[in-house]
Amino acid sequence: MIINYKDTLKMIGILIVSFCAVFVCTLFLNYNLDLAGIKEEIVSPVSQALYDAQVMTGKVTSSVSGGCLLLTTVVLLCFYVGHYIDIHQKELGILKALGYSRTRIACEFWTFGCSVLVGTGLAYFCAHLLMPKFYEGQNQEGFLPEMDVCFHPVLCLLLTVLPALFFSLLAVFYSYLKLNASPLSLLRGKELKKIVKAGKETDQPFLQELKKSSVRQRKSLIFFITFAVFCFSSMMQMSFSMKELSSRMIAVMMIAIGIVLACVTFFIASTSVIRANAKTITMMKVFGYQSTDCAGAVLGGYRPWAYLGFALGSVYQYLLLKIMVNIVFADIEIVPEYHFDFPNMFLTLFCFIVLYEGVMFFYAKKMEQMDLKEIMLE
Amino acid sequence: MIQVKNIHKFYGKGESRSEILKGLSFQVEDGDFLVILGASGSGKSTLLNIMSGLERPDEGEINYGRTELAHLTDKELTEFRKKNIGFIFQQYYLLPNLNVDKNVKMGADLAGNKDYRETIAAVGLDKKLQKYPHELSGGEQQRVSVARALAKKPSVLYLDEPTGALDEETGRLVLDYISKLREESGFTVIMVTHNQNIAEMANTVIRMNSGRIVETLHNVKPKTAYEIAY
Repeated sequence: MIINYKDTLKMIGILIVSFCAVFVCTLFLNYNLDLAGIKEEIVSPVSQALYDAQVMTGKVTSSVSGGCLLLTTVVLLCFYVGHYIDIHQKELGILKALGYSRTRIACEFWTFGCSVLVGTGLAYFCAHLLMPKFYEGQNQEGFLPEMDVCFHPVLCLLLTVLPALFFSLLAVFYSYLKLNASPLSLLRGKELKKIVKAGKETDQPFLQELKKSSVRQRKSLIFFITFAVFCFSSMMQMSFSMKELSSRMIAVMMIAIGIVLACVTFFIASTSVIRANAKTITMMKVFGYQSTDCAGAVLGGYRPWAYLGFALGSVYQYLLLKIMVNIVFADIEIVPEYHFDFPNMFLTLFCFIVLYEGVMFFYAKKMEQMDLKEIMLE
Repeated sequence: MIQVKNIHKFYGKGESRSEILKGLSFQVEDGDFLVILGASGSGKSTLLNIMSGLERPDEGEINYGRTELAHLTDKELTEFRKKNIGFIFQQYYLLPNLNVDKNVKMGADLAGNKDYRETIAAVGLDKKLQKYPHELSGGEQQRVSVARALAKKPSVLYLDEPTGALDEETGRLVLDYISKLREESGFTVIMVTHNQNIAEMANTVIRMNSGRIVETLHNVKPKTAYEIAY
């Protein structure tokens, strides 16, 4: 066994993202399937309009949330596989030198799908626990007939086992591509990543140069950080803006998912940047740069992307709610017209700035505590 | 002048606790070339780390003139290193994502040194400003590390086995650069090595064994990098 089960459990990020995706999809898809069962019982036009709106809401929510989170899980998984290979180069090099084929080693990476299975399984279970409350919230006004929560085995299979299988195969395939290095270069522990050189030479101060270089070397993290803030911005604003459109439970659920996703993604991205730059930070500290300079140079380059994520999140939630109100709920009279909620946006922006700068301060403090000798002896 | 007074350093806890440095005391004059000689495990690198403010001793004092390192906070210690200390390590520790020019700029910016390219030229790398560390040989990388350390205009330069990973010819070249630049700028050099021949280049040699100073020598006529045996 090359990859330990414990290694896969460390991939808490994948577990949480897959949990969120399956949790949302299970709630809405299970509801939609059960809703289909009462279609014949609907007689009034108001009930029919609400029925159609809820079916559409379920489809939009599960495809948008599920799709976005699926994409995030794919990126996260590739990131984890790449990271695993980077830090275990020497062990993998020994295996290759001993005669293990690239395919043989890559096949061991199937275990990475286990964290997805844990996440999806937990999500499916938790969603079913919450489902009676969810059904109740969806039909608060009593326009629709009473519905019981039913178990749909196909849905269970599609949302738990199938994603795990898909991600296991993806891990094997991606690791196969990443293991395309000679045993010697793996053994020597050379960086498998290529150094991305600066395009145009500038004469900026060192800290500015390092800031740019840090972003240039790890472009994938731009996605993570932008996505993290996007989640925070869109989910927070959406949940406060849609009081009239959905139940309080959905709003709380969205805030929770938004915050959890944002924190997990942001934590993974920032930790990865710091780990990758541990030696750079150490040398900077040895030479006399303060921890705040180090944090600014290593993480500061991502700040514009974080603000872009916030702006995108604001636009996304506005467009989504506008579409919901104007198209999905068009036939329902009680739904008020939707306008962009500026006070809500400023409040969310304030929370984001406090949290973001708080995290930056935390990392600067963490860098202060880095053991110079330990890193230099690695 | 650097004064080292009764330095003790322990590692480990409980039964595995061992004393690495056992009450070392000596002093280094400004502009001196001091070599600390000793076998692996003698405590010489720990001594260098403590003298340069990278580690704190468990007992004893290090004074740079009137500045007592023991009384400085971590932030003040970092500021002290910024203003006074240069480092050259066996493993170079260059920043892989930045080219030669930017690597040296790392040191130069700390001292506000705009003429840092002269230092790069002094170590013979002015034609390789745009090269990245992985595009350079071991000797060239060490010369970049020399330029980076000197570009911040330190008053004390610490070297930890600077030629340990280099072949004889490159090793001599690097030592020659350091020696010549020291003569020009007058900074203090404190070098840790296990190579006895390199010690012949120093004014003062401290020989260590098992955490103690066993011998202190003064060279009346230090040799150049090309006069010593290697």
